[in-house]
Amino acid sequence: MSEIKESKKALFPMTKKERKLLFDPLNDNNPVTVQVLGICSALAVTSMLLPSIVMAIAVTFVVAFSNLAISLLRNYIPKQVRMIVQLVVIAFLVTIVELTLKAYSYPVYKQLSVFIGLIITNCIVMGRLEAFAMANKPWQSFLDGIGNGLGYGVILIIISFIRELFGRGTLLSGTPIEMKIIGASSDFWIDTTTNPYFGWYVNNNLMVLPAAALFIMGLIIWYQRSKNEKLIGIS
Amino acid sequence: MNSSKYIIGFTALLTAFVALVLSLMYTGLKEKHKQNELLFEKRAVLGAIQDKVGKNIADLNDDEILQIFNTNIKQLVLNTKGDVLNPQEVEKKGYKGGKAENIDMKVEMKKPKDARLLPLYVYKGKDGKELYITRLFGKGLWDEISGYLALSSDKNTVVGASFDHKGETPGMGAEMKDNPKFSAQFKGKTIFDKDGKLVSINVRKGGAINKNHDVDAISGATLTSNGITNMLKSSLENYYQYLKK
Repeated sequence: MSEIKESKKALFPMTKKERKLLFDPLNDNNPVTVQVLGICSALAVTSMLLPSIVMAIAVTFVVAFSNLAISLLRNYIPKQVRMIVQLVVIAFLVTIVELTLKAYSYPVYKQLSVFIGLIITNCIVMGRLEAFAMANKPWQSFLDGIGNGLGYGVILIIISFIRELFGRGTLLSGTPIEMKIIGASSDFWIDTTTNPYFGWYVNNNLMVLPAAALFIMGLIIWYQRSKNEKLIGIS
Repeated sequence: MNSSKYIIGFTALLTAFVALVLSLMYTGLKEKHKQNELLFEKRAVLGAIQDKVGKNIADLNDDEILQIFNTNIKQLVLNTKGDVLNPQEVEKKGYKGGKAENIDMKVEMKKPKDARLLPLYVYKGKDGKELYITRLFGKGLWDEISGYLALSSDKNTVVGASFDHKGETPGMGAEMKDNPKFSAQFKGKTIFDKDGKLVSINVRKGGAINKNHDVDAISGATLTSNGITNMLKSSLENYYQYLKK
């Protein structure tokens, strides 16, 4: 028993505080549903799963490494120009993401188009830099960045899962493991033209529109607040 | 409080570092970006003649796309008088490579009509018949829309079409690209009427009336649909002299 515990300790050498930094943003302090940051891109890119996953990875990368860089530089950054310095670092990382995506995943780059560039203005990034990285050590800041990126990603993936399934009847479209679940042709698993039980089913066009993400996000916030005691009474 | 000297020094150093890394990365990946762009266009060209190629274009990998392009497709550059220009002439006009794929339609459509260069892809299938794939370019509701229209060997009957857009509304205007049923409607339509007049193809709201020249519009996207009609008309007019020959 003790051996297993030892090896576990070696795998995750994290203090309680560090674990809190990493996992709090997934639920108790979620950047989208609790801090209400990064809404714009969450509405725009979530019509399908693949771009959402790519966006989640890109944002996690940018938040984590800009947090790290700013935290390393925090004692040298002149206070008068700190915002501009933060922006330079963010823009630098976002451009790296953009160039890499354009070179190695062109169709996704096309699909995300302007939203990759708009990570620069995603309030989560700047928010974490100002609120956390400017005052904390590099390793903690890095974990905080990963945590917040994942918290954003989780919400994106939940919303896009619902939107793609009910809006288009597919999942992960655009990848090699595309699943065509329900729709009006023989390519789909449930073919509404021949299936005796699903003849009434029509894909909901509202789900493809950005407005649907707003409804779903509202429902997620409602559900989360009804279940999570820590969030009761917080506005 | 830091001194002005320190602030200027710090920002200059940071900016220099960022600029250096990014410019190195950009030049390093430039070739790959270019390749990706050309491949993306090649897929769109083949998308217009999907039925004739006999395979689902989305399932083909990059090498297969290039192979079809190298063996079956001839790239021509025309002027609006219908003459085929040789690659040297095209290079002189500023397009490195001198092939149809190098032509930038955004630049060409701004020129006066006589000075425009037009890309044309000629596909020669197994049956020996040639298909002519014309480039379409125009304005949708929000931004550019573009596409390829494939004509059969009589230079009149449409074999297929593929469309792309930059910023049309998802679920509405964007259906021009996302919904294969829209582009499938173009198959079998003709662009000339009985008297040889260019009537193009109209994307008509409320349903097609003229079965040779109309297709159904996209519901909820009147302005995008009108944009497609205009795009077809203005783009095909450029090719008029060539198609008449």
